[in-house]
Amino acid sequence: MKEYPEKPDTVYYFGTCLIDMFYPQAGMAGLNLIRREGIRVIFPQEQTCCGQPAYNSGFFKEAKKVALQQIRLFAEDYPIVVPSGSCAGMMKHHYPYLFAEDSNLDAVKRFSNRIVELSEFLVQVLKIKLEDRGRPVKVTWHSSCHALREMGVIEDSKSLIRQLKNVELVELLNENECCGFGGTFAVKQPDISGAMVADKVEDIRQTGASRLLAGDCGCLINISGAMEYQNLPVKGQHLAEFIWERIDGK
Amino acid sequence: MANNIGFDFTQNVSRALKDKQLRKNFKFAMGNFILKRQQIFPDKNETERLRESGKAIKKRALSKLPHLLEQLEEKCTRNGIQVHWAETTAEANQHVLRIMQAHSATRLVKGKSMVSEEMGLNEFLDQNGIEATETDLGEFIIQLNNEKPSHIIVPAIHKNKKQIAQIFHQKIPATPYTEDVEALNAIARKTLRQKFFDAQIGLSGVNMAVAETGTLCLVENEGNGRMCTTVPPVHIAVMGLEKVVEKLADVPPLLRLLTGSATGQLITTYVNMITSPRKNGEKDGPKEVHLIILDNGRSEILADPELRQTLQCIRCGTCLNHCPVYTRIGGHAYGFVYPGPIGKILNPQVEGLKKAGILATASSLCEACAEVCPVKIPIPQLLRRLRNEAYTREPSCTVKECGCQQNLIDSLAWKGWEVINTRSRLNAIGRKIMGVVGSKIPPLGPLKLWNRYRIPPKFARKSLHQLVKEQGVENE
Repeated sequence: MKEYPEKPDTVYYFGTCLIDMFYPQAGMAGLNLIRREGIRVIFPQEQTCCGQPAYNSGFFKEAKKVALQQIRLFAEDYPIVVPSGSCAGMMKHHYPYLFAEDSNLDAVKRFSNRIVELSEFLVQVLKIKLEDRGRPVKVTWHSSCHALREMGVIEDSKSLIRQLKNVELVELLNENECCGFGGTFAVKQPDISGAMVADKVEDIRQTGASRLLAGDCGCLINISGAMEYQNLPVKGQHLAEFIWERIDGK
Repeated sequence: MANNIGFDFTQNVSRALKDKQLRKNFKFAMGNFILKRQQIFPDKNETERLRESGKAIKKRALSKLPHLLEQLEEKCTRNGIQVHWAETTAEANQHVLRIMQAHSATRLVKGKSMVSEEMGLNEFLDQNGIEATETDLGEFIIQLNNEKPSHIIVPAIHKNKKQIAQIFHQKIPATPYTEDVEALNAIARKTLRQKFFDAQIGLSGVNMAVAETGTLCLVENEGNGRMCTTVPPVHIAVMGLEKVVEKLADVPPLLRLLTGSATGQLITTYVNMITSPRKNGEKDGPKEVHLIILDNGRSEILADPELRQTLQCIRCGTCLNHCPVYTRIGGHAYGFVYPGPIGKILNPQVEGLKKAGILATASSLCEACAEVCPVKIPIPQLLRRLRNEAYTREPSCTVKECGCQQNLIDSLAWKGWEVINTRSRLNAIGRKIMGVVGSKIPPLGPLKLWNRYRIPPKFARKSLHQLVKEQGVENE
């Protein structure tokens, strides 16, 4: 069983580099969902990237330097909310590995222990209640590998969708299978990655949904890009942004 | 590990992906395996406990491996099993040949053994005028067609019924074409029955060897393994040295994990426990049993406390079944005896990073393999470690040809990435620039590869950093 902190007064927010560059509205939505519950959110402006791209590519030294930069910025003992299962998994589970033989290990562990993924924070800690103000819509959900297998937060994400009464959630075939993103994998093995995302798009097509929701923007740039490439008129969207839209920002 | 002459992974992948039939065969078969495993391990907590115990058993065995191997040799010898050590596959092949020659034998029947594939035994024996016949149905099929296994436990899984019917019709004399599965089985059975009678020596693999008692365990479903180990007068077992376990009590949990993970069975049709050759007064069983224990780079892997976890593997193949990459490219594309996730960590360590390092890049690190591995090998973690060693030359590196992929472009690119992501001013400027010109980047290099299957993502005009600032969110 996972343990969650009591509802805090203040949290840190780590926006992630992909959200920063490509989906800032999703980042804002996540942040606003937390503020909506009366919680003070701190966004350290000097934050950049969790370091996962270099780490997964085998460049540990570079990844560690970038990781340390983040760790120093989140010095107070507040929970750190991350709107991505993958970046959260990196900071929660992989930082301690990366720094296993490093003099900073204790500080790293203190940081890692405070990492919470956005969906689980909204559901488990804030026990958020959502009122759907949108028109009926059919959506499907893609489980990102790291939200599923490292963070274990998929049920929390889906429970948020289920709170929205006008939203029909159609289960995606092979929902737990990787979409083929894998960071640099997508360009190191472009054809394998391309085959994986093509299959994912086909499964999405079969659902008849008009939106694809996910909790990770890595998957989203991959799947949305492939859906657009194949002229499938389905919009890929981060869960937080979708929720914020549905509740009309209230 | 033979079968990789002129190995070009990229070309293999592209060929495999274009083969629609192959992809269909794999998708269908792997889907079935995943389902069967789910059914046999329905309780998540119970499965987790079992996996923990499997991991603990293998870790304990590896932690005292030299001692256990000595004990195994001693017990086997006392039981009448002759033990031979082989540091290399060439030595292992020589052992087999010597035993064959000592019996003036020219015909061998084989049960399924991945170590014998690793040795390239069939080709070696063929060059020495010895006929080796595969008797596992899957192995039999691909041997007829002069192919290599595409999967660790179901070697002909890339073939469908029609393809097998065609092979039997073409390669077995006087065999009419039939797609009837029962009839195909009967053809194989009839052909092989004679081979069992004629063989002078039977060869098998080993799933587990028990140091405490000197027992060789072998699981199978067709009975051919039992035939190979009991009908011919001489039985040769070949094993990788990591297959030793400490006690007889270690066998049941591992067996449960092995058969459940591999084929979704509670237990296989046959479980062979071989502890000695035929004793005085006994009416059956081989008169001689030999055990060849192969190292082939394993003791070097053992020396590294992290990479050592590779040797926990019990060769169930479930990581292959659950791998989205394996499912799409099949086993042959990997170009080495061991395909799939386990092959991606094993081959580069045994063969070196120059030759096999590229396999470590063929993973999205989705962790599906780690989630199901019955002995909890952290395959994605070991893949990252291998990727790291490919680019690093440091005293802490232990993998053959570490640093072989080091190059200026990658080093500079990642150094640049580090600089931009550790200097917030530079990062802010970068964000602003990309917000304006990001969508006008010419599709070169990695972006060109990305665009092969996708439309590139659009850089937002205002980054989250800017939006947050505008909305007055606190900075600290």
